[in-house]
Amino acid sequence: MAVCVAVIAKENYPLYIRSIPTENELKFHYMVHTSLDVVDEKISAMGKALVDQRELYLGLLYPTEDYKVYGYVTNSKVKFVMVVDSSNTALRDNEIRSMFRKLHNSYTDVMCNPFYNPGDRIQSRAFDSMVTSMMIQVLSRAPCCRAGEALWA
Amino acid sequence: MEGLTLSDAEQKYYSDLFSYCDIESTKKVAANGRVLELFRAAQLPNDVVLQIMELCGATRLGYFGRSQFYIALKLVAVAQSGFPLRVESINTVKDLPLPRFVASKNEQESRHAASYSSDSENQGSYSGVIPPPPGRGQVKKGSVSHDTVQPRTSADQQEPASPVVSPQQSPPTSPHTWRKHSRHPSGGNSERPLAGPGPFWSPFGEAQSGSSAGDTVWSGHSPPPPQETWVSFADTPPTSTLLTMHPASVQDQTTVRTVASATTANEIRRQSSSYDDPWKITDEQRQYYVNQFKTIQPDLNGFIPGSAAKEFFTKSKLPILELSHIWELSDFDKDGALTLDEFCAAFHLVVARKNGYDLPEKLPESLMPKLIDLEDSADVGDQPGEVGYSGSPAEAPPSKSPSMPSLNQTWPELNQSSEDTAIVHPVPIRMTPSKIHMQEMELKRTGSDHTNPTSPLLVKPSDLSEESKINSSVKFASGNTVDGYSSSDSFTSDPEQIGNNVTHQRSHSGTSPDNTAPPPPPPRPQPSHSRSSSLDMNRTFAVTTGQQQAGVVAHPPAVPPRPQPSQAPGPIVHRPVDADGLITHTSTSPQQIPEQPNFADFSQFEVFAASNVNEEQDDEAEKHPEVLPVEKASDPASSLRVAKTDSKIEEKTAASVPANVSKGTTPLAPPPKPVRRRLKSEDELRPEVDEHTQKTGVLAAVLASQPSIPRSVGKDKKAIQASIRRNKETNTVLARLNSELQQQLKDVLEERISLEVQLEQLRPFSHL
Repeated sequence: MAVCVAVIAKENYPLYIRSIPTENELKFHYMVHTSLDVVDEKISAMGKALVDQRELYLGLLYPTEDYKVYGYVTNSKVKFVMVVDSSNTALRDNEIRSMFRKLHNSYTDVMCNPFYNPGDRIQSRAFDSMVTSMMIQVLSRAPCCRAGEALWA
Repeated sequence: MEGLTLSDAEQKYYSDLFSYCDIESTKKVAANGRVLELFRAAQLPNDVVLQIMELCGATRLGYFGRSQFYIALKLVAVAQSGFPLRVESINTVKDLPLPRFVASKNEQESRHAASYSSDSENQGSYSGVIPPPPGRGQVKKGSVSHDTVQPRTSADQQEPASPVVSPQQSPPTSPHTWRKHSRHPSGGNSERPLAGPGPFWSPFGEAQSGSSAGDTVWSGHSPPPPQETWVSFADTPPTSTLLTMHPASVQDQTTVRTVASATTANEIRRQSSSYDDPWKITDEQRQYYVNQFKTIQPDLNGFIPGSAAKEFFTKSKLPILELSHIWELSDFDKDGALTLDEFCAAFHLVVARKNGYDLPEKLPESLMPKLIDLEDSADVGDQPGEVGYSGSPAEAPPSKSPSMPSLNQTWPELNQSSEDTAIVHPVPIRMTPSKIHMQEMELKRTGSDHTNPTSPLLVKPSDLSEESKINSSVKFASGNTVDGYSSSDSFTSDPEQIGNNVTHQRSHSGTSPDNTAPPPPPPRPQPSHSRSSSLDMNRTFAVTTGQQQAGVVAHPPAVPPRPQPSQAPGPIVHRPVDADGLITHTSTSPQQIPEQPNFADFSQFEVFAASNVNEEQDDEAEKHPEVLPVEKASDPASSLRVAKTDSKIEEKTAASVPANVSKGTTPLAPPPKPVRRRLKSEDELRPEVDEHTQKTGVLAAVLASQPSIPRSVGKDKKAIQASIRRNKETNTVLARLNSELQQQLKDVLEERISLEVQLEQLRPFSHL
């Protein structure tokens, strides 16, 4: 379950970052930050090939003791990073992919909004609700999820 | 009736009143409105009035004669004084004050009354005025009709009559005098006359002033006085209703056509009060929104791009965050542009927000865009996006942001627009069916031999794509292709026809060469003359069949060949131009050919006149890549292929080239390379690449069919002449093909431009 979802801009600054539980936010922020290196590494690895051929879903970036970090990058170098609780083993790769797809779609909708300046923090309520649903959903799926207690901040 | 003795004042007063009531000056006052009003103004209970009337004998007479009137008035005074109504009291009651008639509730009247009471001079003048007889009365309009007097008769007599007699001229005095009189019932005589008519006058005066605005007077009265009389008044009801409506109508009209919060607030408040759904848009609002939409986008079925909408809504001075949220709510199809419905919803939300309403989390039902069309109401919200999108494809691309949904949506447009040109995106897809078809056709046409040649052709999707394009353009220049698949199918069928045609043409030409040259390759190759396919097929056939090739080889001189798109067209072109030249060309071409490694195949093809057919196919494919590098600079037209597709084609063609080469080499080994004409025509061919590609195919086919085209100069003159003839025929065919290809080229270029434009639009985002 996504305990933390972050959207990082091309210049590697966060456009949106949200995590649950909220008390350990800083830890998640650090994890996201360090994962950016891995993302860049993955991007450059396949950099020779055309951008079009590069897959958007990067997969597991790196696992830690408690969490797994997944990455996804768009063609415009906007990165989505998702931190998932390791205890939730029920989450399959497909599900992670679908979650990223939803994130991407919501992000696209945000970009479509003419009142949104690219580069601003994402304050869209629709985006928030989508991320919320993703977090909750992930939580609900994994009964053993630790974050469940802190839920819904 | 007993005699009525009236004091002077009473006399005067009564006479004035009588005059007032006696509208017709008939000395008889019927129970008309004025009398009734007068009695009403007396503020006496109805029954008392009735009694008075009875007593005075009016009921008996049916009208008020002067005496009756006087008696009535007297009785009124008696009643007002509190004395019991009795006939005897008329005379018995002494010092009866003049009957008081309450003035109408008009403010004017009260004002007048006040002024009257305070104005003594008026009294004087008033008195002077009094004597004059009746006549004057008009002024008193509604004054007499006062609510106090219950209408006994029908309400239609409400009209406040104001046949005020003389005193009217000095209205101010009357109320004054009247008041005074009331206060001092036995005031001085001097005042009496004034006072008498005073009360009467006051209403007159007021009526006078109010006569002009009788309606307003009435209306003014309507709201405050909750009197039945008002209601009964014929005039008042309408006016009162008018009044009551007035504020409402005022509100309606003031639902301002601006984003002004006040009016819209009223609107909204009224809405919310009148409707359960506070988000419903009224017709006026809707009309206003539509007008605003028109200022931005005249086409009601069109879209407002996001940037324009942003500017527009920014003017509302709402914070960007809220505007962003409003946009999210209202852009139902998430396409970055607003349809009319979406715009109305957004505007409505803006208005609501400005009036203090909080924005909802979800778009309210009533604001959901039903359809793009205002008239339609059946479709659901998401449809409008699509419908609108398809409805205005022209503006869609530029207006939509390159989001994924919009991207997806733009594609259909491309497909639609590129109907006529076979060059659509899914080139490879189309190819397969056509390939298959061509294969089948080839099989049918030629038999086993064809199978082999056809297979390699199939290997080259690019070739086919080119061919299909060419086929479509050539064959169905008239726009057969509705979509890729169908077009490919048609291609397959058409090539056959074309091939047949060409074969026919070639067949006869081919016959002659048969005589002179070694068995020229049967015209078969043209199973599908449609150029590209037929070319390849032909080529393959020529390749596979040595005989054919030999025959083709024999004819090389005539066919300048394909070897390269530039080359191939060249020789072809040359042929018609100069028969001799052709021969010479042919002689020279072979030498030129070998110089170009890429043209290895071509040269071979060249060799085989018949192989031209194959060459054409390969040539086209090869020519494309070769042409591209060679002629790209020189001949922009040659870039039939869009930049994007070019690379692919090049790759494919490059891949296919070697295959062709291999194919060609093997069979071509035997045939010499006399056909070097290509080379010489290269230069000439270059500019004509486009045509050549197609033409070469045709040429190849033609050439193939013209086994007579002698490649070597050593042919007999007859043979040469025959070949010339054939060449000319071929030339005409090629010319036709050329024109068709050129047309197709134009279409393709347009397609390319549109694609590039779209690419440009997408590119910036990829740079993010």
